[in-house]
Amino acid sequence: MSQLVYLVPLFPLIGFLINGIGWRRIPKSLGGVIGSLAVLASFCVSLGIFFEVKDPSFHGPVIVQLFEFIHSGKLFIPFSFQVDSLSSLFLLIITGVGFLIHVYSTAYMHDDEGMVKYFSFLNLFVFSMLLLVLGGNYLVMFIGWEGVGLCSYLLIGFWFKNRDYTNAAKKAFIMNRIGDLGFLVGMLLILFNYGTLSYQDFFGKLQGAQPAGISSDTYNWIAICLFIGATGKSAQIPLYTWLPDAMAGPTPVSALIHAATMVTAGIYMIARSHVLYTLAPMTLHIVAIVGLATALFAATIAIRQYDIKKVLAYSTVSQLGFMFLALGVGAYTTAVFHVMTHAFFKALLFLGSGSVIHAMGGEQDIRKMGGLGKKLRTTQITFLIGCLAISGIPGFSGFFSKDEILAAAYAHDPVLYYLAAAAAMMTAFYMFRLYFLTFTGGFRGTEDQAHHLHESPAAMTIPLIILAILSIIGGYVGLPAVISEHHALGSFLSSSVTNISEHHLEAGTEWMLMGVSVTLSVLMIAVAYSVNKKPNFTPSTGLAKILENKWYVDELYDAVFVRPIQNFSAFMERFAERKGIDGIVNGVGKSVRWGSDRIRLLQTGQVGFYIFVMVLGMITLFALGFFWVKL
Amino acid sequence: MNLSLLILVPLLTAIAVLFCSNSTQVKWVSFIGSLGQLGLATYTMFAYMGARTGGNTSQMLFESRYAWYPALGIEYYVGIDGISIAMLMLTAIVVVAGVLVSWNIKRLSKEFFFLLLLLSVGAYGFFISLDLFTMFFFLEVAVIPKFLLIGIWGSGKKEYSAMKLALMLMSGSALVLIGLLCLYFNTTAINGKHTFDLLQIAHQHIPIEAQRFIFPLMFVGFGVFTALFPFHTWVPDGHSSAPTAASMFLAGISMKLGGYGCLRVATYLMPEAAHEYSWIIILLSTIAIIYGAFATLMQTDLKYINAYSSVSHCGFILFGIGMLTQTAITGAVMQMVSHGLMTALFFGAIGMIYERTHTRMVAQLGGLLKAIPFIITVFVIAGLCSLGLPGFSGFVAEMTVFMGAWQRSGMFNHVATVLACASIVVTAVYILRAVGSSVMGPIKNQEFVTIPDARWNEKLASGLLIAGIVVIGIAPFLLNGLILPDTHVIMDNISRGVVGLK
Repeated sequence: MSQLVYLVPLFPLIGFLINGIGWRRIPKSLGGVIGSLAVLASFCVSLGIFFEVKDPSFHGPVIVQLFEFIHSGKLFIPFSFQVDSLSSLFLLIITGVGFLIHVYSTAYMHDDEGMVKYFSFLNLFVFSMLLLVLGGNYLVMFIGWEGVGLCSYLLIGFWFKNRDYTNAAKKAFIMNRIGDLGFLVGMLLILFNYGTLSYQDFFGKLQGAQPAGISSDTYNWIAICLFIGATGKSAQIPLYTWLPDAMAGPTPVSALIHAATMVTAGIYMIARSHVLYTLAPMTLHIVAIVGLATALFAATIAIRQYDIKKVLAYSTVSQLGFMFLALGVGAYTTAVFHVMTHAFFKALLFLGSGSVIHAMGGEQDIRKMGGLGKKLRTTQITFLIGCLAISGIPGFSGFFSKDEILAAAYAHDPVLYYLAAAAAMMTAFYMFRLYFLTFTGGFRGTEDQAHHLHESPAAMTIPLIILAILSIIGGYVGLPAVISEHHALGSFLSSSVTNISEHHLEAGTEWMLMGVSVTLSVLMIAVAYSVNKKPNFTPSTGLAKILENKWYVDELYDAVFVRPIQNFSAFMERFAERKGIDGIVNGVGKSVRWGSDRIRLLQTGQVGFYIFVMVLGMITLFALGFFWVKL
Repeated sequence: MNLSLLILVPLLTAIAVLFCSNSTQVKWVSFIGSLGQLGLATYTMFAYMGARTGGNTSQMLFESRYAWYPALGIEYYVGIDGISIAMLMLTAIVVVAGVLVSWNIKRLSKEFFFLLLLLSVGAYGFFISLDLFTMFFFLEVAVIPKFLLIGIWGSGKKEYSAMKLALMLMSGSALVLIGLLCLYFNTTAINGKHTFDLLQIAHQHIPIEAQRFIFPLMFVGFGVFTALFPFHTWVPDGHSSAPTAASMFLAGISMKLGGYGCLRVATYLMPEAAHEYSWIIILLSTIAIIYGAFATLMQTDLKYINAYSSVSHCGFILFGIGMLTQTAITGAVMQMVSHGLMTALFFGAIGMIYERTHTRMVAQLGGLLKAIPFIITVFVIAGLCSLGLPGFSGFVAEMTVFMGAWQRSGMFNHVATVLACASIVVTAVYILRAVGSSVMGPIKNQEFVTIPDARWNEKLASGLLIAGIVVIGIAPFLLNGLILPDTHVIMDNISRGVVGLK
């Protein structure tokens, strides 16, 4: 089965080609069916691969080489795929959650004239992400890496007639590109120092004897460069500002970006490169600090947002911060665990918000919602499950993965735990603020909207229900150590990812940590309830206003980077190019003309003048010759 | 396989055009002639690959030579290797596309197509010449018609641009000529005769003192054609004033004449000097890459955007050559082909847009995706290729250059490579800005609603160029395999001259 792995990305590629080429001729419903079936087919193949990898008889990664991609001199880079437990798990998440999002989209986008084109982009997105996780070397990963950047651009700006949306798309792409530059340099460093980009060769060489001139600095440089790439794709400080804007796209696209594809790429990359990161402890510190800072920072912003999708977007940034924290303390499999549970509940929450927006006729401001639970019963219940899961309430999937992250952080350094617990606390608060404002209380929208409120069609609610079930049961593959010795996901991943072993926490400590974080979360839910029972939306002041304006980071970037660069290039254009270089070029032309104009005057046509000049010349020559001989 | 056919077919087509009686005949004759030439070039490629797999290991294949001016040892001497084949294919494709997008030229169409085909004669001849003098002759053939094409069929400040282009390129070729003659007199005389024979010179050893003097002349001379910083200002003015097909030819092929000359003549024949001066080449090309990208940011005219981005992209060609590693040089050749196809596509699409909207100013366009989806798709694909997205040729070419550049050790080289890499961010900014504002958003001008989409000739031209870009982008090993043995030969010569450089 694993030899057929190329089928997994092939199906979405075919779907993309069919819908992409025939988007003007294919009827809308057929386009949706083609797009969804393509992903379903890959999901089936992925399942087969997953069970093969899960089987105890499966040994080591399987490398499937399709063709040689770049072969030039000493450089040889094949186009190859690597199948192991890590990639097979990601395949399931991408195609599984991706398929549900496709199905949901068939209903959500049904009234959009560009629906077939939309599905072709969606397939291309899934295809790129599959390349990213399947690649057997960094170049193939980079191809997928760039590909998801493009797809996010196309989909965020899908409603291209709106100028703001296209600007959001542009911002996403450019921020990602800055990260890509780091990735590219990291790749070049690997190639230069180890002469290979393939994971197996590279990690093998890392673990073996090191060539001369390679020190821990080299590891750190490579690891930092790759991490810069990860901050771009996975929306970490300082490159996170694109993700909240990226919700300009259709809501299912947000679900795809935030849950199944794109933002998990950075976590996948570091988990994939764990051999390198384990050797670069300094970089791991940076990863942990950046992750934690992002988790806290984004959570504070989410508290004061009023756009339903913005709250979710900042919560994604914050959750990704948790995953990076886990990576930073060396608990790689824990990060992957959180990727998985997060994929379930974040897809659920985004699709749920889509259902709300659908019912509200495009309204996204939670100040104008309220009491939607009465009409949107399924959406409300599933959304509640999502909120419980993300808040880390015991029994729901988020609890297990988040608890594991917190425990790993505590084992590494208790300070990390306290800060992370604070971020988790805020998560519970802003998620339930969102829930209460949207689904409980009285309706604050217009008469017209109230009249049209309706539950979404089955194509939308069934994915919600499936995701809700997954959001509950998804966590039981990784039970805490105090409950069960056997960590199903951990042992499955152990064949491809090795955590940095920390000393085990005592059972008592672990119970206590769990108790503290759960109590805090429950407390916060209660606070959120009491605060939002009678909501009043007076214009905020002080800190609240700063939070509402997202700490003014966009404005800061604009002032520090965007404007200076614009001014710099304007200066280059006006001064260096026009006045400088072009000035010289034109000046040469002008001076030749000017010179010829002067020399022309010598041709007076008077024979006397010519003879005079001739005599003058001869005297000069004689004089020169005379002194030359003397000297 | 007689290579002279590659010169004769376009020449005869050009002459045949002169005997046509109306513009319909003119364009069909040109189209069939250039299509025939594309077929011939393809046949040559397969014949070449067949001979190579058949075990023919001589450096140049299908050679033929005739004495032209025996007293000075000037010969008509042609032969090809993989690099020449790549350039021939590029030229043939761009010329066919150029003829197709010029389908609606009404004014003086006979003269227009004649000059266009004459230009291609120059390019074909240049790429197959193995005698430096013959090569120079064809280089000149490929310059003069441009002056007329821009001056007569151009737009905007065309007289100024035509003059600027012709004078700057002429100065470049003057430097090349001086270099050629100096080189000639520094070759070892056999029977009292010096030689212009490229392969023979490569096997001789030009004294290093002479190289130090000649190499800059040659490199700068050819470099002017490839927009070597700071001799690049003819590019934006020339390209923007030229009619569409001429822009395509200019950026697609003409700029590659320079890169080919820098590689095949300057670097191949004078490796020691190339090594000594490589830091200057790297410095100037890095500046070109960055500077060109920033200059593009400020442009408001689509043609200027593509012209300045060409300065940046062609910087990669010289950058790769300057790095003097086999991978980097291979990357440089790939970049020549890739940029040739991509920029021709870009100019073609801009031409199609201009023909319909009568403006090239980004601010006046907008929402075109709704009005002319096919042309805009082509335009976006060209943009994405320029942006270096995987799946298109630009990605593999630039990636190969980066990887090759990084193989050269030294802090200076690494810093230059990182700076060159950084251009991918700036490129993304200007491409998305150009594409975003002209393609997306609401329709700016109600007249755009009714403009017609691409016609068959435009679709065929775009399809041809896109096919080239995608094939190289997905299967770069095809191009790689073709040119690799020849960059190996060049590298051999370099490492023979420069000890310690692999």
